[in-house]
Amino acid sequence: MDAFEKVFEAKLEAEEKIEPKDWMPEKYRKTLIRQISQHAHSEIVGMLPEGNWITRAPSLRRKVALLAKVQDEAGHGLYLYSAAETLGVERATLLDQLHEGKAKYSSIFNYPTVSWADIGAIGWLVDGAAIMNQVMLTRASYGPYARAMVRICKEESFHQRQGYEIMMTLSNGSEEQKAMAQDALDRWWWPSLMMFGPSDKESTHSAQSMAWKIKRKSNDDLRQQFVDVSVPQAEYLGLKIPDDKLKWNEERGHYDFGEIDWDEFWNVIKGNGPCNEERLAARVKAHEEGEWVRDAALAYAEKHSNKQKVEA
Amino acid sequence: MSNKNWPLWEVFIRSKSGLHHLHAGSLHAADADMALANARDVYTRRNEGVSIWVVESKNIVANDPSKSEEFFEPASDKVYRHPTFYEMPDELSHI
Ligand SMILES: [Fe+2]
Ligand SMILES: [Fe+2]
Repeated sequence: MDAFEKVFEAKLEAEEKIEPKDWMPEKYRKTLIRQISQHAHSEIVGMLPEGNWITRAPSLRRKVALLAKVQDEAGHGLYLYSAAETLGVERATLLDQLHEGKAKYSSIFNYPTVSWADIGAIGWLVDGAAIMNQVMLTRASYGPYARAMVRICKEESFHQRQGYEIMMTLSNGSEEQKAMAQDALDRWWWPSLMMFGPSDKESTHSAQSMAWKIKRKSNDDLRQQFVDVSVPQAEYLGLKIPDDKLKWNEERGHYDFGEIDWDEFWNVIKGNGPCNEERLAARVKAHEEGEWVRDAALAYAEKHSNKQKVEA
Repeated sequence: MSNKNWPLWEVFIRSKSGLHHLHAGSLHAADADMALANARDVYTRRNEGVSIWVVESKNIVANDPSKSEEFFEPASDKVYRHPTFYEMPDELSHI
């Protein structure tokens, strides 16, 4: 171990943050770029399934809330791309990787939003799962990542509440509305559990990420925590979680739950989910159609600064 | 795809009058006006600020963290700059 690496390890040991210009192992840098950019991609791809319902929200109150939530997600993407850029990579490069299908984003966004109740289930479960992961990441060893997470977590809790409120309204509504809520829970429950990633024994990056203090809890621990808090919330709604094996285990002090369909999990990651192609195509289209705006703004700025130089 | 990037800006926000501007984050923008407008939209959507500074990141000069020990060394042995260096009798107050 050379002197630089010793300083780096000592900082981790002392719970000091690693900052952009500090020396860091190349693998630590690469891991962070991969993880933070995947996280950023997830925020902006995550805007698509919900954006699908903005124009069809059932009331103005729901519409402004959803609009504000989707706008927040764009902001989350921006904070995270900025955090990634402090590691010496350009945002444009990261976006290219996404658009060329070389980068991953959270698989949950490859599922369709077929009814309004899905917006409720997403806020409640998908944002709920994201919060659990992101609260952990506020303690990540890389300073800019941790700080971005603090900002994001402050904004997330409204996301989850607006979703749960939608679920409450539907659950207390007509039989059809209650059935919509149940159907949404049936479809989103398992994909939400998959958001925590492969099981600890399958997870290739986990051990190293924990050693580097990027992650503080294992995938399975976070998943268990999510199940434990979600069950009473589902009960309050009077809805049934679609898992016959779900049962309180007095001894463990946790809920036992059934096995995830890992074939489905890997299949969606490999690109074969219901909406993988559609999501990527929508991202590429938005990026390409925005190109003239980006170019025009730059041309305007250049012209303006030349004019200022001539005047000065 | 366009290979021209909008420059990077650093954003500083005063959360309420009487407080310092603090670094909030960064963003890309074509020029200063756009940087200000984007900073408002990204960093103050919930009344987080009453004043915003933006500065192009390339204009910020920073010390080298690998040499920070030497850099900050002059302050490290000057305990007499702190009030606790001076011993005061217990019976004395307001000092
Ligand atoms: Fe988010
Ligand atoms: Fe969110």
